[in-house]
Amino acid sequence: MSANSLTADEPVSFYQLDEQAHPEGHSTMLGFWIYLMSDCLIFAILFACYAVLGGSYAAGPAPKDLFDLKLIALNTAMLLFSSITYGFAVLQMQQGKVKGVQLWLAVTGLFGLAFLGIELYEFHHLIEIGATPQRSAFLSAFFTLVGTHGLHVTFGIIWLATLMVQLSKHGLIAANKRRVMCLSMFWHFLDVVWIGVFTFVYLMGVLR
Amino acid sequence: MSDAIIPHPAPPTHPIFGKLSIDAIPLHEPILVVTFIVVAIGGIAILALLTKYRLWGYLWKEWFTTVDHKRIGIMYMILGLIMFLRGFADAIMMRLQQVMAFGGSEGYLNAHHYDQVFTAHGVIMIFFVAMPFITGLMNYIVPLQIGARDVSFPFLNNFSFWMTSAGAALTMISLFVGEYAQTGWLAYPPLSGIAYSPNVGVDYYIWGLQIAGVGTTLSGINLIVTILKLRAPGMGLMKMPVFTWTSLCSNILIVASFPILTATLALLSLDRYAGTNFFTNDLGGSPMMYVNLIWIWGHPEVYILILPLFGVFSEVTSTFSGKRLFGYTSMVYATVCITILSYIVWLHHFFTMGSGASVNSFFGITTMVISIPTGAKLFNWLFTMYRGRIRYELPMMWTIAFMLTFVIGGMTGVLLAVPPADFVLHNSLFLIAHFHNVIIGGVLFGLFAAINYWWPKAFGFKLDVFWGKISFWCWVVGFWVAFAPLYVLGLMGVTRRMRVFDDPSLQIWFAIAGVGALIIAAGIGAMLVQFAVSIWRRKELREESGDPWDGRTLEWATSSPPPDYNFAFTPVIHDLDAWYDMKKRGHQRPIGGYRDIHMPSNTGAGIILSGICLVLGFALVWHIWWLVAASFVAVIAGAIVHTFNYQRDFDIPAATVAAVEDARTRQLAAGA
Amino acid sequence: MPADHSRFSAPMRLLPLLAATPLLSGCGMVVLDPAGDVARQQGNLIVLSTALMLLIIVPVMALTIFFAWKYRASNRDATYKPDWDHSTQLELVIWSAPLLIIICLGAVTWVATHLLDPYRPLARTGPGKPVAAEVKPLDVQVVALDWKWLFIYPEQGVATVNELAVPVDRPLRFRISSSSVMNSFYVPALAGQIYAMPGMETKLHGVFDKTGEFTGFSANYSGWGFSNMRFGVRSLSPAEFDQWVVATRASAEGDLDRNAYLKLETPSQKEPVRRFVASDPQLFDAVVNMCVEPGKMCMHDMMSLDAAGGAGIAGIGNVRQVTYDKFAARGTVDAARWSMRYVAAWCSAPVMSNDRPDAKPVSPEKLKGEGLPLPGKPARTALNAPAVTPPLS
Repeated sequence: MSANSLTADEPVSFYQLDEQAHPEGHSTMLGFWIYLMSDCLIFAILFACYAVLGGSYAAGPAPKDLFDLKLIALNTAMLLFSSITYGFAVLQMQQGKVKGVQLWLAVTGLFGLAFLGIELYEFHHLIEIGATPQRSAFLSAFFTLVGTHGLHVTFGIIWLATLMVQLSKHGLIAANKRRVMCLSMFWHFLDVVWIGVFTFVYLMGVLR
Repeated sequence: MSDAIIPHPAPPTHPIFGKLSIDAIPLHEPILVVTFIVVAIGGIAILALLTKYRLWGYLWKEWFTTVDHKRIGIMYMILGLIMFLRGFADAIMMRLQQVMAFGGSEGYLNAHHYDQVFTAHGVIMIFFVAMPFITGLMNYIVPLQIGARDVSFPFLNNFSFWMTSAGAALTMISLFVGEYAQTGWLAYPPLSGIAYSPNVGVDYYIWGLQIAGVGTTLSGINLIVTILKLRAPGMGLMKMPVFTWTSLCSNILIVASFPILTATLALLSLDRYAGTNFFTNDLGGSPMMYVNLIWIWGHPEVYILILPLFGVFSEVTSTFSGKRLFGYTSMVYATVCITILSYIVWLHHFFTMGSGASVNSFFGITTMVISIPTGAKLFNWLFTMYRGRIRYELPMMWTIAFMLTFVIGGMTGVLLAVPPADFVLHNSLFLIAHFHNVIIGGVLFGLFAAINYWWPKAFGFKLDVFWGKISFWCWVVGFWVAFAPLYVLGLMGVTRRMRVFDDPSLQIWFAIAGVGALIIAAGIGAMLVQFAVSIWRRKELREESGDPWDGRTLEWATSSPPPDYNFAFTPVIHDLDAWYDMKKRGHQRPIGGYRDIHMPSNTGAGIILSGICLVLGFALVWHIWWLVAASFVAVIAGAIVHTFNYQRDFDIPAATVAAVEDARTRQLAAGA
Repeated sequence: MPADHSRFSAPMRLLPLLAATPLLSGCGMVVLDPAGDVARQQGNLIVLSTALMLLIIVPVMALTIFFAWKYRASNRDATYKPDWDHSTQLELVIWSAPLLIIICLGAVTWVATHLLDPYRPLARTGPGKPVAAEVKPLDVQVVALDWKWLFIYPEQGVATVNELAVPVDRPLRFRISSSSVMNSFYVPALAGQIYAMPGMETKLHGVFDKTGEFTGFSANYSGWGFSNMRFGVRSLSPAEFDQWVVATRASAEGDLDRNAYLKLETPSQKEPVRRFVASDPQLFDAVVNMCVEPGKMCMHDMMSLDAAGGAGIAGIGNVRQVTYDKFAARGTVDAARWSMRYVAAWCSAPVMSNDRPDAKPVSPEKLKGEGLPLPGKPARTALNAPAVTPPLS
């Protein structure tokens, strides 16, 4: 039936004779989005594990015994600020100012490092008092969820540093702009995940 | 006479060699020693031949570092074939053991060896045979069918292939260094936990799958983006060939399920390496959580495997019936239904874990609902044949065999989805017969149809029909002889993974199944002969037109094998059966006005990074911590270095394109 | 196969498939020809579902062969319509035919899953044989060990390894657990299977309606000795069963106290039948709660502590009491060592039972209309008896 929708006499072209090549990296953003969704699924599993195992303290400490909400609020602020400063970097990029991009990326990286520093401090404190990942299923799920997020931030910072070197070498060429945008998505994604962690693990843990 | 068995205590960790010591080489297992000698001789012979004919440079430049989706597709198929021989050897060993181990006989395999064999058989057949086969197929065909020049991310494609190979290599290393898991292919804890599996087998399992899983996920992302972004002009979603549709759904399932496997295995490895308590009996862990998580991945996985082959059957039926596919739209909707439904049925793999009757019946009924779109598909193929003009070439023969075999497998599958029936058939040989019925009858028969169908496209000559038919009949007959007895045994209450039996009345059935396995072995042999004979007689079987079967989709519009750039000019699509439409309306192949074609360059980064990942996996298995650290840093550093390479493309000059296309013009003229 | 005993008997008698069933059961298809009411209903359900699906499978296979033959390329007489690819009526049929079958099968599934729920106590021991309200099911506690089965008879005060003897026609109530890894308790002739899992309890109800010797085994791979996790199952007349209890008690190798259990738990395979006196009524509950070893906190104590918000920072150090088999398979570490070093700080005595009251039995006859009130006074059965909540022991 659909074969007959065009009459056979109508002149049709079967080949694109004046074809333009697909611009390089034209589908990178879509690909990166899909990657982020697959990563999101990993976090979803970790959240699910926390939801199931988060109440299994094994006659050990519970969230309210362990978490210091003020410290975590500070930590959250660090990550949220880093997202804002990354936004500034992207704005600078749109104005074509490579130095501005570099500056804001550096600020973002510093906030990221501060976030990691506070997280490591928290982990160190927990492990020191004996609340290790081995102590209970709750702590296993907690350390794994938060730690996986922290690992992502770490790799984000490594990527950010690499990108800064690449920006200084090649400037704001198309490939670098694309990378800035991909890292931007990655960074904001981590921010969103952290908001989930903060709410679900820390706030609900302490307020429960 | 009770012989106490205490699992070997884990050996102490050496600062340089980790847990690795000379005891890890299984010199006490004569079967493994002989296998090793054969593999070593074969390997050395191949290496010597490659060196003698100076093929290393060619292989490296043209194959190992290639980013051409067609060559990567072929390499996937070769990987699948090699691993298939290993997986089938495991199957033969199991059949032999189960025939022998009656009346007090222990057979010829001890528990330690036999339990590795059935675990490895399952893992290899699913992850390193079926997955590479379908990934290779999709890699080769999808870009051609949508009129693209390559996939969206050609380097990632190469990297994905080598990661899959590295995972397969790590699994193969376990044969000769250490041991493989003795847990069954899904490694349920607590059995797979450190307390009950203190040795390296489960670690080989985990890291082999994790490394291969990276490749699978990336390849899934790559193909989704390719299909969404690189379709030729005019090809709307509802004008995509069915194989492309099923590939799209299959890859969506990959991206939406393999991360679950990755996360689940990561948690299991944390339990084993770091002493966490996700799936332990202790300290609040929950082994049932693992069973749920692994099947939330595991059930979509079976649809990942079968969906692309549903696409193959659609293409083959339509082509060889000389007829448009009946009910294209309902076929597409059926595929999408199956994709979605595959996520809400996982619990049917463990009705017997003690969920309530309402939960069990919910999952049972959702499972049955999947049979509705699947049934619709079957009817669609049936009515494609109706009023067609069916040519019985090998691909069509495989398709008919599939239709007749698969319905039985589907029926027993629905039967197992009835929870009270599952209470008596769960884990029985009936279940084994069921899933081999759908995986062999569906996935493998589909692959054989696909190989016979697209071989001329890939290599420019057809496959030998005589040996193909021998292989066909051996497979079909062998399958039923091998697995019908397992249905019977299942109804006799025989469970899976048994090594020895008491009841002598069962032996005859195992003997019949063993004969079936031998007939299948003959089928595999005939297939290898078919490949060899066809390559030998390639001049006679030569196929000049590029369209040997009077095809209907775009891959037949180009030469066989297609040039590096697939199409000199991107085709414009007006109809679902694009190539059939072009032929019908007398299209003119352009013979001039060529332009430079922009193509990705080859790179060695994929194979190098994957090689380091293989080292990393090996070091993790054996707790060689310095090597873990070194190889991990090397992977990160290598990846960073790779991002500093901005020159990833080149142009094929118009003159080169013109030379290739003119040769094609002469070839077509000579053929006409 | 005695089809008329089935609750699905009416549709089944019509099926030619039935004729083949006795032939199949002749070669020992215990799943289709079992010796218990539950397993028989499950087997009949297999036959019924298969028959339902064959309603569509057979025509499809026949059509496949017919079309494949009729529309072969060499048959130039057959109609050839290369562009025919759509028919709304046909599409409706091909979607609705499987749908109808699945609706029927789905209804059967829903009902049968609830009726044959292994957790539900039995209302009958066979077709037309309701369970009298006074009859208490025989309790058997089942523990899957590495790699043998332990059966404890709390009522009789005996325990056996690798031998299950039960009276015929009396409902059986199995409470099932495992000491180390997952197994599945399965006696094909009796009723379906259910997983045996460490630290958890599952339940299975069944009844034998024939005497005889059968086999049971683990239907879930559990490690090296798995193949030999078989046990003999004897369905005995009530008198024989009583004799068996007496004989078991007489030939017992000792009392199955906690130390004996811990010794028994050590991995071993091909264990012969062993018999014990079981004087500790709490042993099974201790197994389920993973606190047989002295010094271990029972799971239910741990869980009630957790439900109350954990034990706080002070609880961080109490690791030994809640570590059961994390570092070494159970039974591979000398139990005496543990008991000397760690005190049973939180272990409540007695061990709280994990046994929960069963649901009310449901009669399958109800679905056939036989459950409607009959004139005259109905016999007192488990179904119409006033609800009694079994006390938590």
